Amino acid sequence: MGLENLTIHELRSKLDSKEVSSVELTRDVLNRIKVTDGEINSFVSLTADEAMLAAEAADKRIASGDIAPLTGIPIAVKDIFCTKGLLTTCSSKMLSNFIPPYDATSVAKIKEEGAVIVGKTNMDEFAMGSSTETSFYGPTKNPWDTSRIPGGSSGGSASSVAADQCIASLGTDTGGSIRQPAALCGMVGMKPTYGRVSRYGVVAFASSLDQVGPMTKDVEDAAILLGALSGHDPLDSTSINCEVPDYREMLTGDIKGLKIGIPKEYFIDGMDEDVSRSVTKSIEDMAALGAEVVDISLPHTEYAVAVYYIIAPAEASSNLARFDGVKYGHRAEGLTELIEMYKKTRAQGFGDEVKRRIMLGTYALSSGYYDAYYLKAQKVRSLISDDFKKAFERCDIIVTPTVPSPAFKIGEKSADPLQMYLSDIFTISCNLAGLPGISVPCGFSEGGLPIGLQILGKHFEEGTVLKAAHAYEQATDWHKRKPKF
Amino acid sequence: MKIQAEEIRKVAHLARLELSEKESQQLTGDMNNVLGYIDKLAELETENVEPTSHAVPATNAFREDICRDFFSAEEGLSNAPDSEDGSFKVPKVIE
Repeated sequence: MGLENLTIHELRSKLDSKEVSSVELTRDVLNRIKVTDGEINSFVSLTADEAMLAAEAADKRIASGDIAPLTGIPIAVKDIFCTKGLLTTCSSKMLSNFIPPYDATSVAKIKEEGAVIVGKTNMDEFAMGSSTETSFYGPTKNPWDTSRIPGGSSGGSASSVAADQCIASLGTDTGGSIRQPAALCGMVGMKPTYGRVSRYGVVAFASSLDQVGPMTKDVEDAAILLGALSGHDPLDSTSINCEVPDYREMLTGDIKGLKIGIPKEYFIDGMDEDVSRSVTKSIEDMAALGAEVVDISLPHTEYAVAVYYIIAPAEASSNLARFDGVKYGHRAEGLTELIEMYKKTRAQGFGDEVKRRIMLGTYALSSGYYDAYYLKAQKVRSLISDDFKKAFERCDIIVTPTVPSPAFKIGEKSADPLQMYLSDIFTISCNLAGLPGISVPCGFSEGGLPIGLQILGKHFEEGTVLKAAHAYEQATDWHKRKPKF
Repeated sequence: MKIQAEEIRKVAHLARLELSEKESQQLTGDMNNVLGYIDKLAELETENVEPTSHAVPATNAFREDICRDFFSAEEGLSNAPDSEDGSFKVPKVIE
């Protein structure tokens, strides 16, 4: 029936009017996955049987009038979220046999609404990467060009939405891992304010940066899914207790007088011409809708990648200490000495990029180097946050490209970690400052690859970011284009 | 400041990672490359700047200390590579 092509809000009315059932919809989605995933590799594991049961339950709920925004909607979940009774691998050999006895709060929340989980999506191992190439389960392909990467680390969550293998998905974003793949796959991805969505049950990478967010086909769906995920959770001590507005109500289409800041540091020499052209045109489009364009400066932008590659690996080296072959996951066989067992287990269980980051982080935190690296990075993090505070005195949102260039070829950057790290140059500052940010489609390269526009907002002002993104999206039709896959 | 192979061995021990000779060599190059880039932070004067550990200010999150249902010891052990008598089992630590 082709129901997999539709959005949450389109399906909501069809489901509620009984024009279609969740069982029919879920069958279409599972069939689409079956036909396409051999080539794209969006999924680490499928949950077809559980999904059909959840769809039947959703249809009963709808029939009884007990309807929530996500009831009966097929959703894919990044394989970093603990899902009770379902394999959760983080795309690592280390967790290739891990079956959590509990659900992450985000997963519990969408299940309570009656969402249908269709599978767990592929990612860079432990979310460390920008291309989904570091997965133990092989790379995911970009549906727009299968010789190219989908971005990362939430690459499977992005490709599955772009290829209509689900209606929406959950991702996580530590340095751009939702927004960057959303841009490269031509769909919408949002990182909320740090603390807006619970991190409970999400395998931790860098705890002061990680945030859960929605990945969807349009901005209205992002507003719906963000609403379902947001809110205080006593199980996450960094979850903030503040009111969650009705994000959908804020999508008025009216951005007259909204001040959009354009940071000169994000429009650098040597940037890809297609990206530069598309983003410049988007800013003109927003001005034509009545927004006021303000030139701003974020002077410490050039230091963000360096700060990130101290702080994120440092936190990761500590978080990943728990994978020691004792409580869960892989254990090296046949060893009778404890330290040796730890070392061999970790040598066998982790891939190259994860080892690289654990080493970098352990080094940065080790005695004699802490002040020079970790403390220094935390101080420069303050300078980056202050840049945003000052900039937001003069504007309501900040508009930039999401990524400096369209999707690169599989294998193109895997031999040079530093080049790979620099592809996150426009997304990292947002995590360091804890701000909300979204990527929306804003054009295509000459070669037909999607380009993303990033919109950043003030702490807890996701509504303003969504409103601006929605007004822009409704004035264009980039989000309606689909890959010919 | 260049990292030498000896330093890599020391850090790998702290990180509880066994590295092959080839991995050590590769990591020495990669880490020097990345740390060389990170050295640009030294350009900035930060003596009077306060460090940021969390971008969104939050004070301690206290809650009532009350019992609630959680998963059982059996479930807690369900993913253990080895267990015995309701405990995680590891190689002998004390001689």
